[in-house]
Amino acid sequence: MRDELKPYFRENRLPHIWCPGCGHGIIMGALARAMAKMDIDKKNTAVISGIGCSSRATGYLDFDTLHTAHGRALAFATGYKMVKPESKVIVLTGDGDCTAIGGNHLIHVARRNIDLTTIVFNNNIYGMTGGQYSPLTPNGSKATTSPYGNLERNFDLVQLAKGAGATFIARSTVYHVNQLTDLIIKGINHKGFSLIEVVTQCPTNYGRKNKMGSPAQMMLWQKEHAVTKAQADKMTAEELKDKFIVGLLHQEEAPEYTEQYAKMVANLMGGDDK
Amino acid sequence: MVIIDQKLCKGCGICVSLCPKQALALNEVNKSYYAHPDVCIHCGMCELWCPDYAIIVERESKE
Amino acid sequence: MAKQAMLLQGNQACAFGALAAGVRFFAGYPITPSTEIAEILAQELPKVNGRFIQMEDEIASMGAVLGASLANVKAITATSGPGFSLKQELIGYASMAQIPSVIINVQRVGPSTGMATSPAQGDVMQARWGTHGDHTIIALSPASVLECYTLMIDAVNMAEKYRTPVIFLMDEVIGHMREDVRLPEDEELTIVNRKVITNSDQLPYKSEADGVAPMSIFGEGHYFHVTGLSHDETGFPQNGGDVVKANIDWLNEKIDRNLDDIIRYEAIDCQDADYIIIAYGGTSRSALQAKILLEKQNIRCGFLCLKTIWPFPYEAVKTICQHAKMVVFPEMNCGQLVGEVRKILPDKVVPFNRYDGQLMLPEEIAAVVENAVKEGK
Repeated sequence: MRDELKPYFRENRLPHIWCPGCGHGIIMGALARAMAKMDIDKKNTAVISGIGCSSRATGYLDFDTLHTAHGRALAFATGYKMVKPESKVIVLTGDGDCTAIGGNHLIHVARRNIDLTTIVFNNNIYGMTGGQYSPLTPNGSKATTSPYGNLERNFDLVQLAKGAGATFIARSTVYHVNQLTDLIIKGINHKGFSLIEVVTQCPTNYGRKNKMGSPAQMMLWQKEHAVTKAQADKMTAEELKDKFIVGLLHQEEAPEYTEQYAKMVANLMGGDDK
Repeated sequence: MVIIDQKLCKGCGICVSLCPKQALALNEVNKSYYAHPDVCIHCGMCELWCPDYAIIVERESKE
Repeated sequence: MAKQAMLLQGNQACAFGALAAGVRFFAGYPITPSTEIAEILAQELPKVNGRFIQMEDEIASMGAVLGASLANVKAITATSGPGFSLKQELIGYASMAQIPSVIINVQRVGPSTGMATSPAQGDVMQARWGTHGDHTIIALSPASVLECYTLMIDAVNMAEKYRTPVIFLMDEVIGHMREDVRLPEDEELTIVNRKVITNSDQLPYKSEADGVAPMSIFGEGHYFHVTGLSHDETGFPQNGGDVVKANIDWLNEKIDRNLDDIIRYEAIDCQDADYIIIAYGGTSRSALQAKILLEKQNIRCGFLCLKTIWPFPYEAVKTICQHAKMVVFPEMNCGQLVGEVRKILPDKVVPFNRYDGQLMLPEEIAAVVENAVKEGK
């Protein structure tokens, strides 16, 4: 590991538990590089995760780290951020953790616009439990619980977050790792709720079942199916059918909840915020 | 120069397959190694793509 | 010295007790009959630099409480039966990760939606055994509006002192009852704050001589890890059998070894009593009246009011009641805590139960004793 990244890792806990070729390590690497580039204030940063493969990342990052219960990372993070509005809070979660069992917290944290940077490790599957379909498993895909193909329609997480009021929404892939690092920096710097969906590969429990080949082939799939907003605007619906859009897809300014609350407290206490 | 930490490498083959110049290969124990330094352009992508932080690309150094 | 007398509702007193104990964070979800607690704290917390948030659901409320507690503020939530069921997983998380927190449950009739505005004591065993896994827990049950205040302070203190979730088990009667109370002056109160780690060399889950580990506080530059997975002294996951067992033993022992500090009860005229009525929470009021009715008939009857119901005060109940001919245990459920008394006084204890959402009448409790007297028991 490069020396510049070492301050951000608990090196004694590596190698991580993720399977060979799992994209999660690439996301965690991109996060560490983003933090190194922005010279993040470690002491003032907490990293909070849920349960699942993605959420094991907190164990490897040398920060105040909180590995919560399944789906609840954003709920814990909300309480923490309310008390420490000055701190940076990064939430690491997966597609099942964030959009199924934690779906209610996702839409409400977006609605409140709480200043949390949420990175969703989207591998389209419940990896830790052995490959069951999630709300982000594409329609038609195979999983251990959709052996004949997934009949459910999958969420478009970007549209979901937008509908719920997220003020920063981006999507990238582990193939586009430079773009990903850049988006993480932008997300952390954004004041308000930021959501970064990262398309990543689970070669063990998703790729194998859906005949997507090696980890590298799964990353080439990402390369071939990701389009920018500008490209998408010139494409027909038919051409866009199996594509997904990457980049910074939405950003707006809106009042941030914990800051608003702190202001209310200051007013009620006569301007003496003690 | 590409340095590959054999302890961290899990042999997933991402760096080998995605290297634009095929500078890397897997050895007999399924670990990545710097097989063809002559073709390497030091683009650094293998380092960024390595899920296990096993690779460091040194751009300045010359063999 | 006490403050001026005021007319307070149990839920109000409970919220004021929390504030007096130093609670500065509340997350909750509206639910009858506990909602007044949230309403008061929404009003009062921001005035004292506290934080209130109404979360999207009961589970989220419990999660937010634990997140806030990790940032070193005293944090609580309030709910009723349906919400208490939903919170169980994270109450277990609080136990495992040893995060101070108080969960107020103003009990109503169940199962399911039951009757939202009628009292019950049906969640007593759930308070003890509601989460998955083995761990002991502290549950306190106030019997008056004043106790909603004083015992709430004890609940917060115990959560902080023992780094554990504490269940504050009220019921609709106690929550909505109004009484004229004189609250104690602030300087008369004992307020306990958690021990905290002061340098990164300390292990975040290493017990000290008192059986409790100082807590790792986020934002201090210590970079600790908190998880609900089985973990060792460092806080990191560990599956070794010895470590897992030692951790569970610790969760239990830190409470079981401090029963003298944790157990609270009030025994009235029990010493020479032929009959003793044991009660807690809302039924205590009727039980005390029943004792008075029996005294008027020259029946020697004592009254034992339990404030700490978990850990159950086996020793105290045994010592106080073993000489009595009969022990009557009225509860607003089908018979829950009476089972604990049966374990120690199997031949003496007689349950008396109502679970129709109605208050118990003193006369009907007294009648149990009167019948026994008639039958020469």
